[in-house]
Amino acid sequence: MSAAGASGNVIRKYLPVYFILLAIFLVEVFLSFQHFATGMLVVILLLLAVCSATLGLMYFMHLADERRGLFLTLIPVTIFVLLMMNMFWSDSVRLLHMRPGAQ
Amino acid sequence: MSESEMAVHGHGALLEESPYAIPSRKLTMWLFIISDAVTFGAFLFAYGYIRVSAANWVRPFETGSVVNVILMTVVLITSSLTMLGAADASKDGDKAKAMRFLYSTMALGAVFAALHLREWFELFGRHITLSSGLFGQTFFTITGLHLLHVISGVIAMAVIGAKYSSGRLTPGHVESMGLYWHFVDLVWMFVVPLVYLTNFAH
Repeated sequence: MSAAGASGNVIRKYLPVYFILLAIFLVEVFLSFQHFATGMLVVILLLLAVCSATLGLMYFMHLADERRGLFLTLIPVTIFVLLMMNMFWSDSVRLLHMRPGAQ
Repeated sequence: MSESEMAVHGHGALLEESPYAIPSRKLTMWLFIISDAVTFGAFLFAYGYIRVSAANWVRPFETGSVVNVILMTVVLITSSLTMLGAADASKDGDKAKAMRFLYSTMALGAVFAALHLREWFELFGRHITLSSGLFGQTFFTITGLHLLHVISGVIAMAVIGAKYSSGRLTPGHVESMGLYWHFVDLVWMFVVPLVYLTNFAH
């Protein structure tokens, strides 16, 4: 196969992922105009964003093609650190009271 | 190992094999991406929590802004696809094609930045700035940090592209650049729902 042909193939190979990412985004836009409470909408949109990010990580960033050790080293730790940020959430509410006129 | 091979692969190739079977340059980029993801995560968590807790959150975005955000997102996701083409063409040794894909990615990144700045100036026109309450502070911090990443990425791509085409950098550098660019795209997938789309929640 020629070099040019191979490069064209990679675009074709990842085109379905590209369209799925666009579709997820359009679903997010659609859902944002539906009657959801803010908290519920944030949760739904974040779950969809996690799906998009997973597709991006696995296919666009080729993490699916790397050794599993790389995935296991990077991703669980990142998720753990991000979840641990929950510890700061309750503090962030105080900002609203500490800053008059913040709203 | 010959001197020319050493120049390309560095001294790291003389040491033991990477447990991840990837070059140290790529692993470094992954570690940078992880640390950057945690930075964005902190900002987005703070934004999300404050947004949900605030009773009277400013809702400055209208239908025009949604159209702008849709355009920005399509542009950025498309730029990820062209970046994939650049990395792959460089791996195949097709420099001309790799450069064409890199130029396309840079152009799309510049369009994204222009659309972003247009939106910012529209908000400035309505007196929503960095100093206008929690919304302004959080919105401009998060989107500003992301925009900084996009602009830095476009500049880095121009430098890497120029050096790659003159033979001073390898396809591995283009691939690492690609990892960074896809990460910028991934972050945007969280920024849009949290910062823009929750504007329309009831």
